[in-house]
This record gives sequence, structure tokens and C-alpha cells, in this order.
Amino acid sequence: MTAAAIPTRRRRDLNLAPLMILASAAVMAGLILMPLVVVFHDALAKGVGAYFAALKEPDALAAVRLTLLVAAISVPLNAVFGVSAAWAISKFEFRGKSVLLTLIDMPFSISPVVSGLVWVLLFGAQGLFGTWLIDHDVKIIFATPGLVLATILVTFPFVARELIPLMQQQGADEEAAALTLGASGLTTFWRVTLPNIKWALLYGVLLCNARAMGEFGAVSVVSGHIRGLTNTLPLHVEVLYNDYDSVGAFSAASVLAGLGILTLVLKSVLEWRHSGELSANRKH
Amino acid sequence: MTQSHTLSRPLSLSRRGLLASGAGAGTAALLPAAALAQALKPATLLNVSYDPTRELYKEVNAAFAAYWKGRTGQVLTLQQSHGGSGKQARSVIDGLQADVVTLALAADIDEIAARAKLLPANWQSRLPNNSTPYTSTIVFLVRKGNPWKIRDWPDLIKPGIGVITPNPKTSGGARWAYLAAYQAAAKTGGDAAAQAYLTKLFKNVPVLDTGARGSTTTFAQRKIGDVLLSWENEAFLTIDEFGPNFDIVYPSSSILAEPPVALVDKNVDRHGTRTVATGYLNFLYSPRAQEIIARHHFRPRDPAAAAKYASAFKQIPLVTIDGAFGGWKQAQATHFADGGVFDRIYKP
Repeated sequence: MTAAAIPTRRRRDLNLAPLMILASAAVMAGLILMPLVVVFHDALAKGVGAYFAALKEPDALAAVRLTLLVAAISVPLNAVFGVSAAWAISKFEFRGKSVLLTLIDMPFSISPVVSGLVWVLLFGAQGLFGTWLIDHDVKIIFATPGLVLATILVTFPFVARELIPLMQQQGADEEAAALTLGASGLTTFWRVTLPNIKWALLYGVLLCNARAMGEFGAVSVVSGHIRGLTNTLPLHVEVLYNDYDSVGAFSAASVLAGLGILTLVLKSVLEWRHSGELSANRKH
Repeated sequence: MTQSHTLSRPLSLSRRGLLASGAGAGTAALLPAAALAQALKPATLLNVSYDPTRELYKEVNAAFAAYWKGRTGQVLTLQQSHGGSGKQARSVIDGLQADVVTLALAADIDEIAARAKLLPANWQSRLPNNSTPYTSTIVFLVRKGNPWKIRDWPDLIKPGIGVITPNPKTSGGARWAYLAAYQAAAKTGGDAAAQAYLTKLFKNVPVLDTGARGSTTTFAQRKIGDVLLSWENEAFLTIDEFGPNFDIVYPSSSILAEPPVALVDKNVDRHGTRTVATGYLNFLYSPRAQEIIARHHFRPRDPAAAAKYASAFKQIPLVTIDGAFGGWKQAQATHFADGGVFDRIYKP
């Protein structure tokens, strides 16, 4: 593509292209492929039997279950939120729209440790609502609700950010037409808007899910690290590594890596099959 | 741990799963002997501990669960959480529902008593031996053959020696190590010499992890540094885990480390676990637990276990925190509080 775009360049420059491809391939191999290979190599260091034994360990299963539970709660909530926010921002004009946009982006720019700590400051025993929560025996921090809250905050922007450019590009013409023909607001949403954004939505949900399952920093702050109870998969990896159980640690890490690869494959399939219906800025 | 419970329950989005609080309550209904349920209601106990006790409490918990079931018929789920001692204390203050805390030093439990008022200030006088069922000390772990001839405290400040120790702000072991180094230098030249010594010592520290286990990993697995200032038990454990790639060096003097245990009164009363939590802490002093403690390279209090394992622990002169530093409250305020000696001498 670069060659066609700049035909006046001298040939010497063009000869650099293979070199640069080679260089980026080397960087990719070194920075992405090699660590990935190491994960699986170390996980299988003591054989396939030890690998599966490590995965069937009760604390590992509990961590997998907790990770899935946290993702199962936070991803749908963020999908609903993301669709509503994108719908509001792209189809309507209202005051404070830019403020809302900035707020949606905030989790991208703040450190995960802050995303975790804010919940401790709000719901921790010494926090704003701490005394009330203790008196009413409600557990948020160091329990599943805290993990869900931290995950939701961190994965907040993924769906909305995926939908907004696409929906802005699509405009409100089709919705306006549907409304003129007598469709209700809800019908318009289900029959017109949603079909237009379904692939972008799925794409956003995928990214959101990948981050929700992989998040370490924010959940580490609110977890309390109780084994078999409040350790998600990424936290469990750290625990096992520090227990000198490197087969266990890398086996759990390989599950996370596997989920990541699966996400990547699904994402590529989506891009390949439905690139036209994904947002414009996604077509590289 | 919660194996049996979590294993049998499928993934569900139920409110109970969401609150994750029904760890014990969930299994209660499944018990066939419903009539006895009141007396035998399963209980959950959370022990919030410091870093190097992971393996110790895994074994102690299994032994206690069996002992308690035999004695009372009550089924126990024992949960453990580990991390840097100061960090763990902070979590309990912030609401981590520990029934018992088993931390690296008294000052961290003092913080819980002072800031969150979860237990009385005199907690340390409630159990024998200053509420410490075992002791330990700080030793040097060096690479096989001791290539840099590190034999005593003065060798640590030689130029080019990489010293690994965790952050005294977050780690209990690091505070004991700091005080052990301090007393050795102060013996010859007083406080001024000790502070000058520690300034040089921390110049040789390339990385401060938050907990003892992190430092051990840095030294043993990532192979950084020439000497690890280590809990005695952690040093032995490293050799157990990594084979004979290391040597333990006992300096000419060190400190008597007393890692205390305590009941978290407000939490056990809220959970209704006072009886079992008290039983758990008393069990730590029993011959059975003392034997486990000794096998994990902690120095037991029980005379019989101490005699049996005497050859495993080298006797060196050990100063006490009360004798050399006027107790933990004073040591904490002088050395580790904001603006204390450590803040002044440590310039990364």
C-alpha cells in the first residue's frame, strides 16, 4: 500500500520494505510469541498429567469459577450501559454530552490501583459507608461484589467506545424514518438500531470480556486474597507463583492465555466477516 | 479451604453466590442430621497471615480441622490469606473479615487495635509467651559456596554486594531484618554508627519487594542479588524447594523475632466463631501443632518439641525487641513511621 501511495520515492527506499517486515516480525516473535510459548512450556514442564492435576486443584477451579462469575455479571451490565450511552450520545443532542464522553473514557486513563482503591475508600470498614455496611452485615470489599465493582469500573469504556463512532457514522436517519412510519421507540431500537450495530456490539463485548477476565490490578486491591474464595484466575496465578508452584502458576496462566487467544480468533473472524458493519476506524 | 463446598456448587448467579458470604451456611442445609445441626453447624474461620507461613498454616489447618471434628463433631472450613504483614493488617482494618490474625510482628496487630478497634489494646497478654506460639530469627541466605564470603553484618555493606530484603514499610520480615542489622551495628558504635551502617546497607539493595515471599522469589528464582536477609524458616524452605543451590549463613548476632497471633474480637463475635477461633489459637501451642511448627523450620515454644529439634536451629546471640528497642510501639514510631529513621536513611 505504501509503495502505491508514494510512486515518486526512489527504489532504494522501497527495498527497505522486506527488512522492516522482518524487523517487525522479529519484535512480534520476541515480545509476544516467546512469552506465550514460555507459558505453555513451563505449564507442561512436568508433563501433561501434572498440568491437568494443577487445573483440577480445588483452589484453581474456584478461581476459574469466580473469574467466570465476575465476567458474567460485569460484561452484560457494561453491554447494557455501553449501548445506552452510545445510543444517547450518537442519536441525541443534549447538554453535558462531552462531559459524559470524557467520563466514559476515564477508566482508560486512571491506574487500575485507583479503580480498586476508590471502592475500598467508599465501602471499606474505614470508608464512607463502612459502618453502615458492617452494621447490616453487607460484604462488598474483600468479597465478590467488590471484585465485580472493580471489574465494571475498569471495563466500563469498552462497549461504548466501540459503538459510538459507528452509530455516529450511521446517523439517526433510519430511526427517524421508523418513527415517522409509526414505530414505537422500543420497536425502533430492536428492529432498526440493534441490527445495525450487532457485530460492533459483539466486538465490544469480546474486548470487554477479555479485560474483565484478565484484570489484575484493580481486583488485587479489593480481593483480600482469601484462597479458594476471593482469588480470581490472575490473582491465583500470582499466589501459586509465590508458593513456588510454577507448574500450577503457568497452568492457570495458560488458561488465561487460552481465553485470550480465543478472543483474538473470534475478533479476527468478526473483522473478516463483518468488517463493513464494524466501526469505520476499526478497519485497518 | 472451601474445596468440598465450592466443588459441589455449580456456577450460579444466585444472590448467595453474589454475596459470597454463605460459605458455611450453604452446606448446613445439606447435612442429614438436621436435628444436630444447631450443635454441629459447620463454621468457617479466616486466618489472615503474613507471607512465609503459607505452607505452615496449610498443614496446621488440616490438623486442626481433624482435631476439632474429632472433639466437637463440628465441620470446619479454614481459609487463609497471605501477604506482607503490614499490607494484611491494612486489609483487616479496611474490613477483611479475619477471625484470627497471625502476623509477623506485634506492631501490625497494634495498628488493627488502634485504628479499627477490632480487638483490645492488651491483646498480646491474652495468650502465653507474648501471644507468640513460635519464634524465628533473621539469617543470611547466600548462593552455594558463598562466593562473596559473606559471614557477618559488616560484609553486607561492601561495595558491589547485592542485598535483597523486602520493604520495611509493608513487610514484617523486613522490619525484623532492619532491626537485626541495626542492633549489630549499634553494639560497637551506637545509634550514629547504626544509621550510617544502614544507609550503606540500603544502598546495596537493588529492589524492595512488598513481602518476604516476593524477596525470596527475586533472590532464588530471578537470581538477583548476592545475599537475602531472610526469615530463618524461609531460608530453610528455599533450600527445600530449590535444592542445594544456597547456603545459610548465621551472623554473629541477630534478633529474636516473635510473630504473634490474636483473636479479632469484633469479627468473631459478628461471625459467632469465638469458641472455634479460641480453640484454633490454643491449638497452636499444643504438642501436635508445635511439632508441625518445628518441621516448618520455625522455633517451637514447647520444650519437648524444642528439645527434639534442637539440632535444627543454631544457637546464636539474639537480642529482643523489648531489650534493644524498648518494645514494638517505640521501635515502630522511631524507625518505621512516616519521617522515621528508615525514611531518612533510604534514598532510592
